[in-house]
Amino acid sequence: MIINTICIFLVSCGLIFFIGGAVGIIRFPDFYTRMHAAGKGDTCSMILILTGLSLYILHEPTTANFLVVGKILFIALFIMSTSPTSTHALIKAGFEEGIKMWKREDEKEGQE
Amino acid sequence: MYRIVIFSLLFGIWVVFSGLIDIFHLTLGFIACLFITLISSDFYFTNRSKGLGNRLTEIAKIPGYLLWLLWEIILSNIHILKLALTPGDIKGLDPSLIRVKTDLKTDYGKYILANSITLTPGTITIDIDGDELLIHSISRHTKMGVEEEIMEQKVSNVFEIEDS
Repeated sequence: MIINTICIFLVSCGLIFFIGGAVGIIRFPDFYTRMHAAGKGDTCSMILILTGLSLYILHEPTTANFLVVGKILFIALFIMSTSPTSTHALIKAGFEEGIKMWKREDEKEGQE
Repeated sequence: MYRIVIFSLLFGIWVVFSGLIDIFHLTLGFIACLFITLISSDFYFTNRSKGLGNRLTEIAKIPGYLLWLLWEIILSNIHILKLALTPGDIKGLDPSLIRVKTDLKTDYGKYILANSITLTPGTITIDIDGDELLIHSISRHTKMGVEEEIMEQKVSNVFEIEDS
């Protein structure tokens, strides 16, 4: 019962962070800031959801289930390592292409 | 020689995780591990001078580092969530580029640092040039975090232990 509550809590937290990422992608003003929303939201929410699922599986603590938990944790580790790498590759490609950065308007007026 | 080590490591993990020891699954694992070992042989680290004792300390320290990083990732996501759900004009946004010097020597240390910076609140590493990191930061508040260099100390503490 307690484990179930923790699972539900973790998975719904993950879903909320996913929503934050998706809304961020639509609302942020330029390419770079959108990458912030796209690159981080999914890492955290995937880790939360996977942790929730692995706790759920531990309802019946058999050897096979422990193996499944191990696999799930490995997936979380791989996501933690590959997601920032792909974000970095995308943003570097954009930077070298020379996409303009969005700046606050009051700052622009100060410079001119 | 090194390829054999990599291959046996991969194959060991396969056997443990598949949990099925029959000819079909073992052959499948053998082929997959062989393939991965062959195509990845260009990517191995050229500098493997690290001692065994240092490696063991590194392995012992990694879980603590990962937990700390996980906490930072959660903070970062709350930050993004707050920014994304601000109604009207998003006042928190103030993007800027920063250059930060790093004292880390090994490529692996730099890779870990760059990835950790990308995962933590409001900052993405765009480029590594020698010992200089080019970082895009989303707001003023997050800019301070990178310049304090707490993360660099943690990374060098875990992944670059000096021989003593």
